This record gives sequence, structure tokens and C-alpha cells, in this order.
Amino acid sequence: MLDIRLYMAQRLSALIMVPLVIGHIAVMIYAVQGGLTVDEILSRTQGSFAWFLFYGSFVVAVSVHGAIGLRVISFEWLGLKGRSLTILSWIVFAGLLGLGGRAVFAVTSAGGGL
Amino acid sequence: MMKRIGLLTSDTKMMTVSIWREEENDGRFEDYEVPARENQTVLDVVAYVQQHIDPTLSYRFACRVGMCGSCAMMVNGAPRWTCRTHVSKVVTDERLEVGPLRNLPVIKDLATDMDPFFEKWVAAEAVFHPSATRDDPMAAITPDDPMRIAASEAIECINCAVCYAACDVVENNPDYFGPAALNRAWSLVNDSRDAGQDARLAAVGSNGGCHNCHSQQGCVQYCPNELNPTLSIAGLKRETTKAMFRWSR
Amino acid sequence: MIRPHRSHPLWVAFLLHRISGLGLALFLPVHFYMLSLAITAPERLDGLLRFTDLTIVKVAEFGLVFLLAVHLFGGLRLMALEFLPWSPHQKTMASMAVALAFMVSTSFFLKAI
Repeated sequence: MLDIRLYMAQRLSALIMVPLVIGHIAVMIYAVQGGLTVDEILSRTQGSFAWFLFYGSFVVAVSVHGAIGLRVISFEWLGLKGRSLTILSWIVFAGLLGLGGRAVFAVTSAGGGL
Repeated sequence: MMKRIGLLTSDTKMMTVSIWREEENDGRFEDYEVPARENQTVLDVVAYVQQHIDPTLSYRFACRVGMCGSCAMMVNGAPRWTCRTHVSKVVTDERLEVGPLRNLPVIKDLATDMDPFFEKWVAAEAVFHPSATRDDPMAAITPDDPMRIAASEAIECINCAVCYAACDVVENNPDYFGPAALNRAWSLVNDSRDAGQDARLAAVGSNGGCHNCHSQQGCVQYCPNELNPTLSIAGLKRETTKAMFRWSR
Repeated sequence: MIRPHRSHPLWVAFLLHRISGLGLALFLPVHFYMLSLAITAPERLDGLLRFTDLTIVKVAEFGLVFLLAVHLFGGLRLMALEFLPWSPHQKTMASMAVALAFMVSTSFFLKAI
């Protein structure tokens, strides 16, 4: 089920995410004070290459990590295997990467004004 | 009337034991009345049923002293070596339930087919590959050699398959080698006389290998010899990772 | 569900890690979709963000932060188990992971209300 390549991908993506998750939680605790608005989010992230790198690498890592995690769960708990398991893993990976990439672009692109 | 040890008298306290009876995939628990002695093991109870109530009850045992690893069964839902498990220690709500080991096919009643268990030892390369012949001098390994110490920690396995029955990864993943085979592979990784290390690391890094372990540590919880297969498997994870970087160069 | 052979703390720690991971993976598409609204339909996103004023939504957010934190600390525990020398304090570390996650998610909750 999990050979060494998938295992390494799972652990490496996890290691990459350790500082990112800590940062994400810190930002959440900071930003949630006084409620959230679109303007507030965008004023922090829009046009920022640093936030693009932060959330961009986060999305790539979580797509790998989530795809492998769901692959293991689908195999162990739903009995999925063989080609359907491979296809599901790739769909989860591509789906998370696509949706996540779009979200990162939405909050970090320079916006209509520039 | 003469009182003889082992025979019932009118004032013998009794208890009920539920034992799994299975033949040709038709199985169910059946209740038996057995003496509730102060000092008796689960194996004593099973033996009592077979000797005094139903001689067709099948179960496996040999040494009775916790060395041979033949008598492991599920006792009240948990895997135990029955010859060293006192009834008084495991009985809950006056209930004793004895079944065949989990995760293995049942041959009859309490006797399981151990073939898949041992086939996986071979698949995991948990077998010694000699690097010398009988004509070579004896390998000199000092007791304080770190590899020897690491091997010693994993070496007291009696192949009872308690860990195999405790493991949910084994239950959910038919390819998974299981804690015992991987633990044995780890003791061989630390055997400096072994000549099959590359093949072993490839085997434990394959589909059924150590990377499937979720570190639930049921094996550690239930191993009757207090071994730590999770530690061994973590060692294999590290060594296969190192080997991957070696091979990729 | 928790059958006798599973009734030990480290199996529960495994279950918590799996459930939190599953929960986060299922939440992520929603999270990503909502963030994309920032550029396609900002007024809709603002409308959705106003729901976060509701106490029930704050409690749900607390749950999500707990899932993220417990998956983080539980994952750190697992990687320490795999890549650092063995520690005999496995159960202590598992309970520490839960305690830390609870602390982090509670600080979030206290800032949110």
C-alpha cells in the first residue's frame, strides 16, 4: 500500500508544513480578533510575494499530504485498491492543488488596480 | 468421601466460559461450565473443557510455560498467551470469552492457520543470510557493541503472533508483513554477520513493508515478552530512508 | 468501535490523528472555494464571513483549529517517534499533543468571541 516513495512524500510534505501550520495558526489567532472581512484579508495578502510563497508552498504540500492520507484511508477503511485507488489519489491531489492554487491567486494577486 | 485434587465436589464454585467453535467456516461462541479455581490459567480452562466436557474441542499448545508461542488466543477480545494468563487477571464482569487469534484463518475452533504469518517473515527477508561458512573463524561480537545491543532488544520473540492479532494495519491491509516479521527483520539489520542487508531493506521498503505501520502500538501493548516492535519498525523506517539516499546517488 | 484490543491510549491517538486528517481534508475544498470568492465575488464572501459572528460558527471554527493543531502536534509526535531515538514516554507525548492542541484552539476561541 504505502511503499517508501509515498512514505517519504508524506513525511517530507509534513515537515514542510510544520512551520507553515504554526504560522497559519498564529495568523488566525491574530486576524480573528474583531471579526474577519474581505478587505482586511486582502489588505494583508494582496500583491505580497512573501504571502504567495507561504500559501503557495502550503497548498502544494497539503495537496501531496492530503492525497496520500486519503489514499491510505480509502484503502484501509473503504477497501479501494488497484487502479481506482491510484485514480482517486490523483483526483484528490489535482483537486486540492487546483482549488488551493485558485484561492492563493485570489488573495495574493495584485488585484484589479494594478 | 475422599477429596481428590482436580475432581469436582458439591461445593466447587463454577464459572461460565464462552469458547469459539468453528468448523468449515461455521462458527459461534458456546458456553461451558468450568470450575472457578483461584489459580488457573486460560489454557487450564480450555484444557478442562476439552478433557472433561467436549473432547472434540481443538486448540494448540505445547510447552505451557511461555516459551513455545503456540497457545496464543483472543481472551475477552484481546490477544494473550493463554498459558501465562491467569483467569483472575483478565476476567471482566464474571465473563471469560476465548476465541481464535485475530487476523488469521481458523482451521478449527481455537486453532488458527499460522502459514500466512510465517510466509510474511520470509517475504520481509526476516531470515538470516550467512556471510561465512563453518570453516571460517567465529565472528567476534562484543556484548557492548551498539548493534548487538539493538539486536538484543528485539531478539526474544517467541513467534506467538499476539502482535499480529493486535494490529489493525494487519487487519486492514492483507499485504502488511506485521509487527513480528518486521521486528525480526530489524534484529537482522543489526546482525553484522548477515550478508543480505540490501535485499532486506528492499523487502521491508516494499508494498507490505514497514511504511504501512501507523504506530498504534497495539503490538507493544500486548507483546507477552514486552518487546517493542514499533521501535523496531521505526528503526527500519530510518534505515530504508538512509538506504534510499544511498541508492539514489 | 473501540474493541478490547484497541482500548489503549495510543490507539486512540491514532484514531484522533486519522479523524483530524480526514476532517481537514474534507474541509479544505470549502476553505479554498470561499477564499477564491475574495476575487470573484467579494460581497458574497463578506456575507459568508458575517456568519462567523454566530456563536455556533465560532464553536465550529474552534473545532477546526483544534483539528489542525491536534494533527500538527500528533504528527510531530509520530515523526519524533520515527526519526529520533526512542522515548519511553509515548503516552505522555500523545496526551501532551492533545493538551497543546486544546490550548492553542482555546486561545483562538477566546480571541474570536
